[in-house]
Amino acid sequence: MSAMRTYSVAVVILGGALAVALLSLLPAEHALHVPGYVVALLGKYLCYALLALSVDLVWGYVGILSLGHGAFFAIGGYAMGMYLMRQIGARGVYGNATLPDFMVFLNWQELPWYWGGFNHFGFALLVMALAPGLLAFVFGYLAFRSRVTGVYLSIITQALTYALMLAFFRNDMGFGGNNGLTDFKDFLGFSLQSDATRAGLLVASAALLSLFYVVCRMLVGARFGKVLVAIRDAESRARFLGYRVERYKVAVFVFSAVMAGLAGALYVPQVGIINPGEFAPANSIEAVIWVAVGGRGTLVGAIIGAILVNLGKTIFTGALPELWLFALGGLFILVTLFLPKGVVGLWDRIMARRVPAPPLVAAPVRQPEAGE
Amino acid sequence: MTEVTDALLYLDGVTVSFDGFKALNTLSFVVAPGEMRAVIGPNGAGKTTMMDVITGKTRPDQGTALFRGSADLTKLDEAEIATLGIGRKFQKPTVFEMHSVTDNLLLALKGDRAPRRVLFARETLSERARIDEILETVRLSAVRRRLAGELSHGQKQWLEIGMLLAQEPELLLVDEPVAGMTDAETADTADLLRRINQTRTVVVVEHDMTFVRALDVKVTVLHEGSVLAEGSLDHVSADPRVVEVYLGR
Repeated sequence: MSAMRTYSVAVVILGGALAVALLSLLPAEHALHVPGYVVALLGKYLCYALLALSVDLVWGYVGILSLGHGAFFAIGGYAMGMYLMRQIGARGVYGNATLPDFMVFLNWQELPWYWGGFNHFGFALLVMALAPGLLAFVFGYLAFRSRVTGVYLSIITQALTYALMLAFFRNDMGFGGNNGLTDFKDFLGFSLQSDATRAGLLVASAALLSLFYVVCRMLVGARFGKVLVAIRDAESRARFLGYRVERYKVAVFVFSAVMAGLAGALYVPQVGIINPGEFAPANSIEAVIWVAVGGRGTLVGAIIGAILVNLGKTIFTGALPELWLFALGGLFILVTLFLPKGVVGLWDRIMARRVPAPPLVAAPVRQPEAGE
Repeated sequence: MTEVTDALLYLDGVTVSFDGFKALNTLSFVVAPGEMRAVIGPNGAGKTTMMDVITGKTRPDQGTALFRGSADLTKLDEAEIATLGIGRKFQKPTVFEMHSVTDNLLLALKGDRAPRRVLFARETLSERARIDEILETVRLSAVRRRLAGELSHGQKQWLEIGMLLAQEPELLLVDEPVAGMTDAETADTADLLRRINQTRTVVVVEHDMTFVRALDVKVTVLHEGSVLAEGSLDHVSADPRVVEVYLGR
């Protein structure tokens, strides 16, 4: 894809978010006013889109089908949640200036050591990126060095997120157990209830998504990206050419996990809660479906897929909530069968039909195989 | 480690067993620098396992495997052995199908493979020149922009040989290069390997006897994981044991 198209995608995301953000700040009686819940919803979609982008980078370009990316998203979210909890201060139900409500409720006397530093946003930001990155590094180092690939890798990524879910459900972990972290008041001193803060978070999500989209595009367009696709398509060939496949996989997996973590971090203030349910294996699988629907290995498809499927989910769960999972499963089957390249592939096909075929040089002709 | 041999490739007493089956049985195989060697043998004789041992894919249970008399191939992994200067062509042509022919060669060019170096690598003029040169050698200049997946079977085989050349290895291991090729392509491939052999050492595993004859080099016959006979093709074809296990069938 040309640099022009790359930047235009980024501009559309950012421009669209800015426009919605500005419209939401109009007086409520104005005809073009966008209600606050729509802003929060869009912000949520953009965070999901960033998660989908991170999944597409590893699945679409390196062939690592991670069914556990929701874990990195949730860990980033918890890091943000811890910061937001500390921001509440003495305004909690129990009025304790240091301890979050759930700790007071559990009769804890002091803040666990790992909650230290979370009153500083800079420190929390580091953890939002580094904690998922570190987990991805340890997991990736062990899995890729042992050359675990394919369905086995997918299964252990599921186990990873499931194990974390069980751990975070426990009260004595110190992350709010079942209820998670909620009742947030402020983010960086701005009230989370105000329209302006919501608008700001939407723009921040769009900016982060655009930034990572451009970075991913540059990454896959460069020689590094060619090595990744080479590993995806013929791993042993790449090894015998001298590439340390596991190092490339670990590097991309960690980068992808950081993206997912930051997506989760921006998600939490916009939905107002983070709980162990975010680690549910089904969440990670859903992210893979967004990518498949949009078009695997296209990056832009991940963004489109995440937004489309979640828009569908919002509408569908409003009308027929109990049928949503069936619809999602059906969608996945239909896309796999009829749209192997997703919405982006469909779009390319329509455009190819409308524009007259380019001259013969560009159209490769399949030659009969020698020896056939 | 002190040098124990002048040979470029030195295998001694190499044994590999899979669940009790000895794929290689105290195999000894020595290739001198600059030599071209053909390896023949019936299916299951251990030809591919031998390649796996040399390239670090399979660890032998016993035995010595040295490159240039000093590098212990049993201790290194595939990427390290490739960097050391051993290139391998697979039996089934294996190229990066979704990349163009030139990109396939670009990725194969000798250079630093560390992720942080590759991250900022830009194609240089000398790299482009080297790619053009290899395209000429393997006669793929006309299809350079095509995706490798769209090439014919024979063209893929040649592309893979081109990728091997791009690595600038000292030793090339070539597994059945003419399988599935037409007679004309087979003759061209023999010619190409002879040209490559002017500057590099080559080991060819092949079933096609016409091709082996055309190469006109020393032949090693493998059988049940060991060397059965070694010498010129005429010499080994006259050996009654070779006739019995292989040629006679």
